[in-house]
Amino acid sequence: MHELSIAHSLVETAVSEALRANARKVSIVRLRLGVLAGVVRGSLDFCYDLVARGTLLEGSRLVVEELPVVVFCPRCREEVPLPGIQCFRCPRCDTPCGEVRQGRELEIESIEIEC
Amino acid sequence: MCPRIVEIRQKVLKKNDELARRMRGRFVAERRFTINLVSSPGSGKTALLERTLAELQQAGHAVAALVGDLETDHDARRLARSGAPVKQINTHGCCHLEAEMVRRHLEDWDLPGCRFLFIENVGNLVCTASYDLGESLRVVLLCVTEGEDKPLKYPGLFNSADVAVITKIDLAAACEFDRDVAYANVHTVRPGMRIFETSSTSGQGIADWVRWLCERRQTWVDQADR
Repeated sequence: MHELSIAHSLVETAVSEALRANARKVSIVRLRLGVLAGVVRGSLDFCYDLVARGTLLEGSRLVVEELPVVVFCPRCREEVPLPGIQCFRCPRCDTPCGEVRQGRELEIESIEIEC
Repeated sequence: MCPRIVEIRQKVLKKNDELARRMRGRFVAERRFTINLVSSPGSGKTALLERTLAELQQAGHAVAALVGDLETDHDARRLARSGAPVKQINTHGCCHLEAEMVRRHLEDWDLPGCRFLFIENVGNLVCTASYDLGESLRVVLLCVTEGEDKPLKYPGLFNSADVAVITKIDLAAACEFDRDVAYANVHTVRPGMRIFETSSTSGQGIADWVRWLCERRQTWVDQADR
């Protein structure tokens, strides 16, 4: 249950960026979330509302773009997305793929503000 | 009213990651190989560490350990018996260690010549995966009593680790632990990861594990020297 501390960092960053842009209010926060980031969506939503209260983000919507794991397959010699997170093998040729190229993201993409 | 979009593109845990990067740089400069131990509660982190600290000291290495725990200092007291410098980090409810907690506890802690610094994380298979502590090696423990499917249930953490240690191997038969299945599961979520089998009670596998740690540190030092 580390979503509360993640929500704190998230709100802190979004608020400081909003202030820099002279925002009166933030309506949307867009987050890129890799499926390996270990963040539970429901918990994050809950914590986000809680932490956003009383800030420029109060009442804003957290829009999450979920990113699948993408690995580099040494045999196909290209990046391939995985259907889940329990089998790090190329879905095409079944080669074990240890090189993760995407899936750990936990990034604020952008905020939508009103000035 | 002028709604507009402000691009941010920033990691949510940027503060933690930046601090971890700075600490990693310092560990490299000091040639202090730093190891983050992660696992579920009760899988034998402290026992493995007790053995490891003793063996390394016997081989003439200066070592130290930071021990994360929610409330008690039981683990630190256990580890202090090895004679190594040990500090407790009480997280007071927080389920994982963060770089800032490590930084704070290392401040003003004089560890002359310390070659191996172990950080025993809070027992947790989810949250600990997200926080870089500046370590050079992340070790995940899998206890035979937990069942072979732990890697499949917690792929995020197992995938983030550099090496796996199967603990309490002396209990394997009693637990009907299927070694082949466990190996296959570890390698499904982390292809090619090195796996050790140890018993902190009987000492089985400890020598191999400690030898590997020393080799790994040497490789790391050689890289830093270049």
